[in-house]
Amino acid sequence: MSTATIAPEPVDPGGRHPEASRRDRVVPAPIPFARLLDVELRKMFDTRSGFWLVASIGILAAVASAAVIIFTPGEQLSYEAFATAVGIPMAVILPMIAVLAVSSEWSQRTALTTFTLVPGRGRVIAAKGLLTVVLGAVSMLLALGVGALGNLLGTAIAGVDPVWGLTPAVLAQTVLAQVIGMLMGFTLGTLFRSSPTAIVGYFVYAMVLPTISNTLVMVNDWWRENGDWLDLNWTSTRLFDSGMTGEAWAQLGVTSLIWLIVPLLIGLRLTMRSEIK
Amino acid sequence: MIQIDALTKRYGRFTAVDNVTLNAEPGRVTGFLGPNGAGKSTTMRILVGLTDPSSGSAHLLGRHYSQLPNPGREVGVLLDASAQHGGRTGREILTLAARTMGLPKSRVAETLERVSLTEAEAGRRVRNYSLGMRQRLGIATALIGDPEVLILDEPANGLDPAGIRWMRDLLRGFADDGGTVLLSSHLLHEIEVIADDIVVIGNGRIVAQGTKQELLASGETYARAGDPTALGRALQRAGHTAEITTEGAVRSDADLATVGQVAFDAGLVLSELRAADGAGLEEMFLQLTAETQRDHLESPEGKAA
Repeated sequence: MSTATIAPEPVDPGGRHPEASRRDRVVPAPIPFARLLDVELRKMFDTRSGFWLVASIGILAAVASAAVIIFTPGEQLSYEAFATAVGIPMAVILPMIAVLAVSSEWSQRTALTTFTLVPGRGRVIAAKGLLTVVLGAVSMLLALGVGALGNLLGTAIAGVDPVWGLTPAVLAQTVLAQVIGMLMGFTLGTLFRSSPTAIVGYFVYAMVLPTISNTLVMVNDWWRENGDWLDLNWTSTRLFDSGMTGEAWAQLGVTSLIWLIVPLLIGLRLTMRSEIK
Repeated sequence: MIQIDALTKRYGRFTAVDNVTLNAEPGRVTGFLGPNGAGKSTTMRILVGLTDPSSGSAHLLGRHYSQLPNPGREVGVLLDASAQHGGRTGREILTLAARTMGLPKSRVAETLERVSLTEAEAGRRVRNYSLGMRQRLGIATALIGDPEVLILDEPANGLDPAGIRWMRDLLRGFADDGGTVLLSSHLLHEIEVIADDIVVIGNGRIVAQGTKQELLASGETYARAGDPTALGRALQRAGHTAEITTEGAVRSDADLATVGQVAFDAGLVLSELRAADGAGLEEMFLQLTAETQRDHLESPEGKAA
């Protein structure tokens, strides 16, 4: 206290600076969307956990392919076996990347800085959403590429001719199914804005709900008849098969509306309005 | 350049911010002083658009925060130095801010130097930072866009005395350059050292505001004369109070001019004549916030980070 009062007072009591408010300042240009994409992409990779999560896409695709080569008899090797194998780790990792892209802002409290630098929260979330979808598609193409290399290598080792068998249409559907899984993760991220809750939520969706649905099919006639219009897990799983009918696409559309679009809109609204502490 | 008008924020039946009106002006450091939970942080979050007010308005540079096209270039904000991803390095966090604002890469190194974070420290992950280093990094994030306004919530928390002096000089320079500074603290000493204008808040309500000098003044006069007893008697004859302090000076309820006149009339030479020190901001702070304090008559402790 005493030192503070003794210390010389740098400003005289009425010391406003008349020239101060006349500082020439140019109003800066708005932040372009491309810059938000650049920053949000960087944020996906610039922590150890983020880096390894993305790196694990390539690593696990290679591990899955190696497992197929080691454990599948040569004559049974086909690209389908590889594509299925690399798809399994992707179905776990990609939705986690999507969840964390949103929820970590709240769990790590970086939202405080992010939304102070960019008050338009919708633009930041849009950048994250776009990057999530692009990253999902690129990752799947990469994983399917690793699977293709595995097929060539595996059949060469076994001394048989490579069997491809999967049509480009089915491959595209596979990518779509994974992107739907990612969007589910993204939706849960916006709904809960907490990493643990959203991750648990995703596993409830991906593991618990299918079991309940399968049980209902056995015991409930109505669900057996109409469940296809309500179960997104089931309708998106069918994307891995070649036999997508018009009805199957319609069911995919309806279930996506119920499970993805509506919750995403609610989640976005919560994200826009919620208080950030 | 910061105008807050009749700002109110309610959470259910609890009113966190109650009709707060304040201005922070260019060229001045405005201190926002109040005990923990008084509504400082809520007010600041509303100011930067992270929380919606129940009523009232907050403007910066004449606009609502959300209308700033690139806020980091006009308003530097530090709300919570610990709100960072612990896995990022200090340099990375600054780089993200610089990129968002569209600044050249060189600004990162310049700003690190400005807040005295070394190259080695900047390369460490923030989870290994002390609170003081986090505060410096947070201040760097606020400064990097060369803003016109600074909004800092408890920036001195975790800084050592040298750090507090460093921040005082930094904010002084920023204000002398025409910048506007609003900083909050629950510690009187910090505000007393750093601020020009002080706004005291308790229980969501503003309980006092003014320049530091105004709030410090006691309304009494302190005078030294060759013969203090003679001066005291002369003042009492003129109908004022007068008491001799332990240092042998006279303290009176008469104003400065009156004391001077009385001494002149009595033919006494004054060697000192000034407004008497108040009981200090601390006494005022404790008085003003007594009913809102959690711990009566205990000075507020540093809050957990």
